Amino acid sequence: MKTAVIVFPGSNCDRDMAVALERVTGRAPAMVWHRDTALPNGTDFIALPGGFSYGDYLRSGAMAARSPILRSVADAAARGVPVLGVCNGFQVLTEAGLLPGALMRNAGLNFVCRTVPLTVENSQSLFTAGYSAGEAIDIPVAHHDGNYFADAETLERIEGEGRVAFRYAAPVNGSARAIAGVLNDEGNVLGMMPHPERAIDAAHGGTDGLRLFEAALGVLV
Amino acid sequence: MKVQVYVTLKPGVLDPQGKAIHHALEGLGFSGVSDVRAGRFIELDVADDVSDADLDAMCAKLLANTVIENYRIERA
Repeated sequence: MKTAVIVFPGSNCDRDMAVALERVTGRAPAMVWHRDTALPNGTDFIALPGGFSYGDYLRSGAMAARSPILRSVADAAARGVPVLGVCNGFQVLTEAGLLPGALMRNAGLNFVCRTVPLTVENSQSLFTAGYSAGEAIDIPVAHHDGNYFADAETLERIEGEGRVAFRYAAPVNGSARAIAGVLNDEGNVLGMMPHPERAIDAAHGGTDGLRLFEAALGVLV
Repeated sequence: MKVQVYVTLKPGVLDPQGKAIHHALEGLGFSGVSDVRAGRFIELDVADDVSDADLDAMCAKLLANTVIENYRIERA
């Protein structure tokens, strides 16, 4: 099991993500710098962490989505390698076109930083197989641009295809249909605003994030 | 040559920042403003042989997110 965390200038949850991956796999991930052009050989799980890549210049995730390493990430995703984008990582994945939609400024204009209740919508994906459909879980969010937007046709399609992985169970940021996490059409790319890596230890105040990593990494062991 | 790019939210996309600006204008006592939409202005200094197609590609690939934004290009 070889995991990788992509690190951009301004990433700030890369080490938290590394702790979560090492907790589950027993092996520290490769920390891959944005300017690198290739992933380590045999990488079989990629995480794009939270933070403020490139200072959120232009749009959140916009610059990171055009960085050299993203071509390798896109190639790996196309080969079926699981890719998890959390918070800024979700913004990067939408900007890169690996996930549909866009993440806009929170409807309330405030930075929201608190643990929020989520509903697991799809428990069939490789990331969410450790949960049951409809299960209520609590995961922290910390973002300013988490207001998910997609046109009506796209929303209908992703809902119809079961690609909404998580939904907010209470209002957080104005997201269309309260969408908190979205899968790509193949189900191997997940973007989500909540931070599962911040809920893997009782000392975090909750461990509801742990099963995401166990499921996503366990199926590969 | 200078090229101006105006990036604006598509009609129908909610603009919370524009709403907040509108609210602040009203708070300052300005009346008669029915709506405010905030956008982004980008000025490029480009060689004369940069084509319209190149400029369009720059906008579509990076300067605007066409999921939510429209763009308009003006050559000075």
